[in-house]
Amino acid sequence: MAALDVGVDTAAVTPVRRRRRVGGLFLASVIWIAVVALGAIFADLLPIPSPTYIDMLGKRELPSAEHWLGNDQLGRDVFSRLVHGGRISLTVGLLAPVIGVTVGGALGMLAGYFRGRFETFVSGGVDVLLAFPPLVFALAVTTYLGQSVLNITLVIGILGIPAFTRVARAVTLSLSEREFVTAARALGATHTRILLRELLPNVALPLVAFFLLGVAVTIVVEGALSFLGLGVPPPAPSWGSMIGEGRESLDIAPWLAFMPATVMFLTVLSFNIVGDTLRALTDPRPGAL
Amino acid sequence: MAKFIGRRLVYLLPVLLAVTLLTFLIASLLPGDLAYTILGDQATPEKVEALRAQMGLDRPIWERYLIWLGNAVQGNLGRSFRTGETVFAAVVDRLPVSLELMVMAVVLALLIAIPLAILCAVRSGSALDRFVTGLAFGKLSLPPFMVAILLIYLFAVELGWLPATGWVPFAEDPVANLRSFVLPALTLAIAEWPVLMRVLRSDMIATLQEDYIAMAKAKGLRPARILLVHALKPSSLTLVTVAGINIGRLIGGTLIVETIFALPGIGRLLIGAIYARDFIILQGVVLFVAVGFVVVNFIVDMLYAVLDPRIRHGRA
Repeated sequence: MAALDVGVDTAAVTPVRRRRRVGGLFLASVIWIAVVALGAIFADLLPIPSPTYIDMLGKRELPSAEHWLGNDQLGRDVFSRLVHGGRISLTVGLLAPVIGVTVGGALGMLAGYFRGRFETFVSGGVDVLLAFPPLVFALAVTTYLGQSVLNITLVIGILGIPAFTRVARAVTLSLSEREFVTAARALGATHTRILLRELLPNVALPLVAFFLLGVAVTIVVEGALSFLGLGVPPPAPSWGSMIGEGRESLDIAPWLAFMPATVMFLTVLSFNIVGDTLRALTDPRPGAL
Repeated sequence: MAKFIGRRLVYLLPVLLAVTLLTFLIASLLPGDLAYTILGDQATPEKVEALRAQMGLDRPIWERYLIWLGNAVQGNLGRSFRTGETVFAAVVDRLPVSLELMVMAVVLALLIAIPLAILCAVRSGSALDRFVTGLAFGKLSLPPFMVAILLIYLFAVELGWLPATGWVPFAEDPVANLRSFVLPALTLAIAEWPVLMRVLRSDMIATLQEDYIAMAKAKGLRPARILLVHALKPSSLTLVTVAGINIGRLIGGTLIVETIFALPGIGRLLIGAIYARDFIILQGVVLFVAVGFVVVNFIVDMLYAVLDPRIRHGRA
């Protein structure tokens, strides 16, 4: 809620966009994310059918009291698969950027603070990793390593490191010139203390905003892999694979593809809105800090 | 300028080397051994040993890398152990399809982005501007594979105007060939226009505040002429660069789009190699795409420096 209050304040300072309008969207996004997350956490406790139980007689059944959103082409409960699918999307979506934000954040801060050879080395590594088209990289690695939630999370997480490194480095670079860092140094603070106590709290906020945008991107990449049948192996439900399976019956039951697509779109959009709102608030321009 | 190109070239080579090394190392992540994978059920220890010796898999990894790199530089990336086709021939065969798709996608994206950007810039802050800007933001959450599903449903299933799959060589039937490219190209264009629109819109808003625009208005020139001749050209510098940079990003999109619409391009070659566990083709195509990506980005960097002298003289 604190973030919302700040949002109203900045509307007066920066007349670029009307923050008040974004406020409602922001709240709706947070609520949607909370609903999907709660569903994913408590999926096993909810009074819904099994996501993998196949009802041979109920293929593409329309919604009923028993099957809230009907059945898919194999006769599995769509609502249950959507709820359970949120588990994979959110697990990968939240864990992969954690790798990026910790490794990338640390590398970026060290590079931005110490400069010199280390910075050149880190920037070079970032350029090499960015030289690969991300989807090609993810596909190649999961093919060789094998498809599992862990491998997919690791690959997408490593792919996210360069972006976080760049953000952390840029923010640290500009902050290192500020008076409070000079003051800390004059007081005889060690490098560790300056990095952890002075810089980290200031770098953290832009990184958190970027983390949320990273979650949105990760859910999309995981969805694309699953859509191609190269993500989490079946019969585990995933939004991407549900869209991919639904594509086969676009002519007779288009809703089977559109329902998971809508859920995924709303989730990604929500993370983008929340992340973008925070990013706008923590823009590392001098005036905004 | 020569100095700038030289400096960038010195930087390009280590990046290219690192990319080849990474591609090579990814392939060595394969559990077990390529020889087992090729032989499959018929693998006996003797056969595996013989194949390993034949493929040079018994040598140390750095030696294998150097041999592989030496061959790759000469265009020899090996041949598929499933079809016998060389990687080089496979790539050359599929490349035109991917290029045609990307060119059409960029043209379509510009056709959507430029008029919308001009409209938004002229009426900046209006309801229309806010609507289009909001639409562009929302589009960021709609990945290409969802757009493809929507387009197939609308134009192929419901309206029946365009084919969802089926590719015809251009030489055989140009019209059918172009028709088979419309939906895939449109899918990629829908993914690309928001970025292009945002860039052109903000540049255009800045240009429209210049004195010479006020001058043109004072002279009584028609608004359409002012916008299209006086304002558009100086505003499109960044647009050109961003369009160039995005060609690299398009490669990822073509992977999915070619697979969905069954277009025989590089992307489908790669996905097909993954499905068939054809590791030689996979490694070759990954290397080709990654090197192509690096080189395209390098050329775009050069273009950017040619267009904008500040880049040349500023600190890299």
